[in-house]
Amino acid sequence: MTSKNETVPTIPQQFRGCPISSENVILRPALAFRVEESDQKRDSSVAALPQNDNCFLFGQPLKEGCHATRWDGVLANHSGWGLSSLCGIMLILASHAHSQLAVRGETVYTMAGQAIKDGIVLISGRKIERVGPPAEVLIPSGYKVMTAKVVTPGLVDAHSVVGLTGIYNQKHDSDQLELSDAIQPELRALDAYNPREKLVEWIRDLGVTTVQTGPAPGALSSGQTVIVKTYGGTVTEALVDSIGMVTFTLGSDVSANFKTPGTRTKGVAMLRAEFIKAQEYAAKMKLKDPEKRPSRDLKMEVLVQVLSGRTKALITANRATEIMSALRLAQEFGFELVLDGAAEAYLLVDEIRKAGVPVILHPTMDRHYGDTRNVSFETAAQLRKAGISFAIQSGYESYVPKTRVVLYEAAIAATNGLTFEEALASITRDAARIIGVDRRVGSLEAGKDADVVLFDGDPFEYTSHVCGVIIDGTVVSETCK
Amino acid sequence: MIPFITAALIVMMPVLLAAQESPHAFRGAMIYPVEGEPIENGVLLVKGGKIVAVGSASDVSVPADAVVFDVPGKVIMPGFVDTHSHIGGGDGGDQSAALQPDIRILDAIDVRNDTFKKARAGGITTVNVMPGSGHLMSGQTAYLKLREANTINDMLFCKDPLNDVCGGMKMANGTNSIREKPFPGTRAKSAALVRQLFVKAQEYRAKVLAAKGDSEKMPKRELDMEALVQVLEGRRIVQHHTHRHDDILTVLRLAKEFGFRVVLHHVSEGWKVAKEIADAKVPCSIIVIDSPGGKLEAVDMRYDNGAMLEKAGVTVAFHTDDGITDSRLFLRSAAFGVRAGMSRPKALEALTLAGAKMLDLEGRVGSLKVGKDADFVILSGDPLSVYTHVEQTWVEGTKVFDRSNPDDRKYAVGGYEVFRSEAKANGCEGDTE
Repeated sequence: MTSKNETVPTIPQQFRGCPISSENVILRPALAFRVEESDQKRDSSVAALPQNDNCFLFGQPLKEGCHATRWDGVLANHSGWGLSSLCGIMLILASHAHSQLAVRGETVYTMAGQAIKDGIVLISGRKIERVGPPAEVLIPSGYKVMTAKVVTPGLVDAHSVVGLTGIYNQKHDSDQLELSDAIQPELRALDAYNPREKLVEWIRDLGVTTVQTGPAPGALSSGQTVIVKTYGGTVTEALVDSIGMVTFTLGSDVSANFKTPGTRTKGVAMLRAEFIKAQEYAAKMKLKDPEKRPSRDLKMEVLVQVLSGRTKALITANRATEIMSALRLAQEFGFELVLDGAAEAYLLVDEIRKAGVPVILHPTMDRHYGDTRNVSFETAAQLRKAGISFAIQSGYESYVPKTRVVLYEAAIAATNGLTFEEALASITRDAARIIGVDRRVGSLEAGKDADVVLFDGDPFEYTSHVCGVIIDGTVVSETCK
Repeated sequence: MIPFITAALIVMMPVLLAAQESPHAFRGAMIYPVEGEPIENGVLLVKGGKIVAVGSASDVSVPADAVVFDVPGKVIMPGFVDTHSHIGGGDGGDQSAALQPDIRILDAIDVRNDTFKKARAGGITTVNVMPGSGHLMSGQTAYLKLREANTINDMLFCKDPLNDVCGGMKMANGTNSIREKPFPGTRAKSAALVRQLFVKAQEYRAKVLAAKGDSEKMPKRELDMEALVQVLEGRRIVQHHTHRHDDILTVLRLAKEFGFRVVLHHVSEGWKVAKEIADAKVPCSIIVIDSPGGKLEAVDMRYDNGAMLEKAGVTVAFHTDDGITDSRLFLRSAAFGVRAGMSRPKALEALTLAGAKMLDLEGRVGSLKVGKDADFVILSGDPLSVYTHVEQTWVEGTKVFDRSNPDDRKYAVGGYEVFRSEAKANGCEGDTE
């Protein structure tokens, strides 16, 4: 990879702490009053972060007299930046004025159609302007040109714990699992994500630009995930979606952590009881007389959000028994399920396909241990064969490697039955779709976020390097790793 | 019953004879002998469990009675030597003391444990199975050949487990072995405990020497002292877990004080003290982990550790530390070494000959050389490519893994109820890595 122009669009230090951009964020407004608004599909919401008027926090009115304005959708389609602060405006000037990049690859895997031989990805500001061969894409003068053997979209890790769990693995950087209660969906990864965590930098340098991160499996419900870009000095800067999914775990990991549930069956019973409570809560919240409505309950609000289909349930279920339990729960309560882990999914491909449930598959190199004892390198290939939508995740490790790297996990799938492009899709396009951010990331297409990775060879080859990473039009790494 | 057995024997006889008597010739592969240059269109000839010839097609004549395997497009390498693994379901010292040199892991290994099958699927033919790192000294390790085995004796390199040295001595320093009493609470105490025991062993040895074989004058038998005398005399190599730069230097200091032979294992911060390690002429067996951290001592782990040690002149081998990394993906370690700057020949050596040297087994294994054991792997392609699979693994002229055989293949890929003995937990910090 060579740089022909030195105007690298980096974020000046003085702007650290400013929101990168208004369009960056999907806000998850007040749960209680969002329940009724089922016509607004959240994955189409692109909203501004109301950071300066102190009226709102993620859609919640913070003080009296503030209107409960809906922010999602307001600023979609680049209609405006929505930033009143000087800070924000300066950042836009600083960043966008210089983000004129052309990434030229001997092969460009756009993941939106055929790979392009000698392809050009033109970037203006934070977005991809145009993608195509030189015959179709002219590089305007003044654009910094970066070249690479292989160019791919920024990698998307569909499920990680990075930023909640840290490199030191000490108490102060281990926020991945709250054990005070078995069911705590109200815990927000947003409130624990450390964007300056070294492991975030580690995966970013290896091409991961978007990650759904959150609590580790191990509680019946361990909280909500957050979807972030892997750069930015604050969670606000990094934010893509403030609630990715609500996480649940079934299986022996839960009974190992809690006295109750002490068994798998008890775990399922407890979750059912909690969802029934949430159904009743939702019904009471609809009562005409506000006096008769219950007082707000954060846990119930989140479960109601799951029940209403606004937020997906990410259920970690590795053994076939637990996968069936997860499918049964989704059927009983009608929520949108994404299966997580799914080590024995190969035993249940018909059931999973019929349920229309996507799978965020365990890391290919996951250890055969405990509930993942029966993992296979070939599960991804079997899901592909069955036509089941899946992504490959980095997952959670309590020891080493402290974070896995989805690029490496997909590589092992690529040498165990997946084609190259199928494996790449599992950590780009398909991963983005399953976590609901495919309108912005996961492929190289005009209008999408300028998240691009440059490789000096086949991305999956052990001896290839990631030689450049671009996020939102900013070059965040330029050394071969 | 008897006629059936007889019939079976008659059917099996030619096969057995073929394995033991007729030479086997593997033709047409790219051969990496590790000692010597790569050979295109090579021929490997084995007989009676030993290598009898290796060279180019024009240099090696295949005997008329040879069983010929044409393997064009394939790659042949020596069987891999894993210098540090926890396969086999063994255990080690208990919580009664921080130093337990009397413990032998060979007393606890289950030869039927399917993790051995996993290792064969990864091309590993020689392995140093070790007790964990939760002790300053957790016991005697076992050097094993991954033959099909009925008893542990079938796997051991040593001939007589009652009298021979059958492995190394596992030691550790740093945080893993710092625990509640009777374990040390600090690094300084760790070193003091080790020194005190070695001083005692020196004295014990002096008494043994002074007795000059007179049983009347011999000191009372002490199992821990007997094992440490072997260490002091260089007959048993210390296999030492260590991560941090200062812990590494502590090992070198103790090795110098007592004159024992040592191999440094993991060595996450080896790159910081590469010159000191090189000057001490101590080899390093390193591990490739996908990301740093997980414990404070491994925060500065780098992919280019091997490259920097190689550059400093240190002999480098890789290990799996299975279940920390997977025996089936051992080749990946070498590829990551090259990714970060190791030379290709040294990376391949680090999977084979370098490891053999660290176990004092280079006379038997580690390279494709006439007279050495016929331990080799047949790969589908370049050793450093992610797309390459181990197709066959041979130990002493006998095939022990064949990916084309479904019964073997399942151990290469996993699946339902394939591994009935679980991998070591990744969460037991005290025991591994």
